[in-house]
Amino acid sequence: MQENRGVWVYIEQNEGKIEGVSLELLGAGRKLADKLEVPLAGVILGDSIRHLSDEVIYHGADEIYVIEHSVLKQYRTESYMKGVIQLAEAYKPEIFLYGATPNGKDVASAVATDLSTGLTADTTMLDVDVEKRLLEASRPAFGGNIMATILCKKHRPQMATVRPKVMKALPRDSSRKGRVIEEKMDLREEEMRTKVLEIVKDVTKPGLADAHIIVCGGKGMGDERGFQLIHELADVMGAGVGGTRDVVEAGWIGHDHQIGQTGETVTPKIYFAIGLSGAIQHLVGMKNSETIIAINKDPHAPIFGVSTYGIVGDAHEIVPLLIKQFKEAFKKGGEKTHA
Amino acid sequence: MHIVVCVKQVPDTKIIKINPKTNTLDRRSAPAILNPYDAHAVQAAVKVKEEYGGLISVLSMGPPQAVEIIKKSVEIGADGGYLITDRAFAGADTLATSYALFKALDRISKDKPIDLIICGKHAIDGDTGQVGPGIARRLDIPPITNVIEISDIDLKIRKVRVKRKIINGYERIETGLPCLLTVEKEINPIEYSPLPNMIRAARYQPVIWAVSDLDEVDRTQLGLKGSPTIVGKMFTPPKPEGGHVLEGTPSEQAGQIVEVLLKNKELFSVN
Ligand SMILES: Cc1cc2nc3c(=O)[nH]c(=O)nc-3n(C[C@H](O)[C@H](O)[C@H](O)COP(=O)(O)OP(=O)(O)OC[C@H]3O[C@@H](n4cnc5c(N)ncnc54)[C@H](O)[C@@H]3O)c2cc1C
Ligand SMILES: Nc1ncnc2c1ncn2[C@@H]1O[C@H](COP(=O)(O)O)[C@@H](O)[C@H]1O
Repeated sequence: MQENRGVWVYIEQNEGKIEGVSLELLGAGRKLADKLEVPLAGVILGDSIRHLSDEVIYHGADEIYVIEHSVLKQYRTESYMKGVIQLAEAYKPEIFLYGATPNGKDVASAVATDLSTGLTADTTMLDVDVEKRLLEASRPAFGGNIMATILCKKHRPQMATVRPKVMKALPRDSSRKGRVIEEKMDLREEEMRTKVLEIVKDVTKPGLADAHIIVCGGKGMGDERGFQLIHELADVMGAGVGGTRDVVEAGWIGHDHQIGQTGETVTPKIYFAIGLSGAIQHLVGMKNSETIIAINKDPHAPIFGVSTYGIVGDAHEIVPLLIKQFKEAFKKGGEKTHA
Repeated sequence: MHIVVCVKQVPDTKIIKINPKTNTLDRRSAPAILNPYDAHAVQAAVKVKEEYGGLISVLSMGPPQAVEIIKKSVEIGADGGYLITDRAFAGADTLATSYALFKALDRISKDKPIDLIICGKHAIDGDTGQVGPGIARRLDIPPITNVIEISDIDLKIRKVRVKRKIINGYERIETGLPCLLTVEKEINPIEYSPLPNMIRAARYQPVIWAVSDLDEVDRTQLGLKGSPTIVGKMFTPPKPEGGHVLEGTPSEQAGQIVEVLLKNKELFSVN
């Protein structure tokens, strides 16, 4: 265990593009590595992806481990897992971070089992106890407003998956230099049990993750009909619509719209939080939005703790007023620019 | 075709309460339920059985009361179930849980070989989603996570096709049987349980095993002892500052928000 050294970040690439969360993790990993005074390394697998190693270094890594192989063209647990394990066993990192995306969680879970080590899921805060060289991975727990710090004392590497959009990437610095370590892997397509037949991307509707404005409604909207006000407000601005888990479970809106720990993490320019209390699992999914506007009839609702502007009042009264005044002002504004 | 669904008893986190003084769970506040994702997993197995025939077993590790969620699974349509319960399992994290379930699956498959294992996407008390892939690794069978559709099962060439959710879309995958799938809720709605199932469930008693009933168990890999992760501390997240609460009549407050919005006109995707 003594010999394990260095902070690693699994760099997820899809079709030759690095996922944002991987760059965010390089930012977070940089801080941990500096505190521990060890190198920060990225790990990337794929087919023809060597050119991405510079990007990883520009975003904060000192080293990048690369495995290129035609069998790695598409993500598959069995092949990617094998490569990651091979690297971890050969170079023994002490901390290993993954983005909490479908593929990131998938590979991390398999790797943790084979390396027989601990894996903390969906972390939202990372720190390190320098003396004990312990990763402190914190995440919301249970239903209440509470965080739990998970430790992995006796096993290495200490692993965690981290929610997208909660850590900050470093600005790209193309003057940074680093070491590229290329590894070979013995993989044969005939030995693969799994085949990817087709990948279908839904490009028609930009996900909530890309929306500049999001209007999110909670249980306080009363019922499915009351929730229509959320759609109406979103419509006048061309905004995305979100819901809390309670609203999704009530069936007022589909799963794809859930924001929070078990839904999407979003960072729009403007986030409306209407008739929702602001439970920790919700906050971790939206609190990094630039401007947060909260409407709630309970002045003590936790959502006011993160909001830029708060209105204490009844959503059924305020939202129609907002829609009306917005329409009027927008029309006037529009005329002015035309004149 | 033998399908095993792993089901977990969880506190209903929607109504769970935390004691603010001790930062611990107030268990009385939380009735135990079948993990919602696992209900969908059982329902998915029922759908597969309707089309291809076969036998559905459920497997759970938990306290003796977890018998209730096995009965619930029978209501949905499982044929039977196994509960592994023992003090030695207590305090297990995902690594130790997947080890214990793996040992139980090993025992089950000796009587009735397993073709397909289905787990929920995650358990709502811990939200990790790591147990399913962990079991698959230990059995050395392919794990496929985030599954939203199961189709084209071919027992002769031992293959199955699934749709798997990925960022902004899905992929279609073909893999060999046996394999382990973890399923999203979208895979199917929960249907009303037919009356005969309800009647059967009421009387049903699952097979109950202790550690000593399983073969060649390495006890150091069980429960708290076998768990690399521990909860270090619990804390309330640092209270953010928060902004200012607006004043004035509702109409004036709405007006102030509209002003903020109009400063950001470039964001609106309407004309
Ligand atoms: C493991 C786990 C994961 C979870 N993941 C998520 C997640 O991803 N996303 C998520 O959102 N939640 C998640 N939750 C649930 C979360 O803990 C809360 O239960 C949920 O966010 C509460 O939803 P809500 O704010 O809509 O409802 P409530 O908490 O019931 O809040 C309703 C609010 O509306 C206000 N209100 C009522 N009437 C009006 C009115 N007329 N006008 C204005 N305000 C009004 C009330 O004052 C109250 O503050 C998770 C929970 C657990 C245990
Ligand atoms: N104690 C358990 N007994 C049976 N199945 C479990 C148990 N814990 C987890 N699982 C299965 O693994 C899935 C993921 O759980 P988790 O990794 O805890 O989020 C659940 O949906 C269940 O299918």
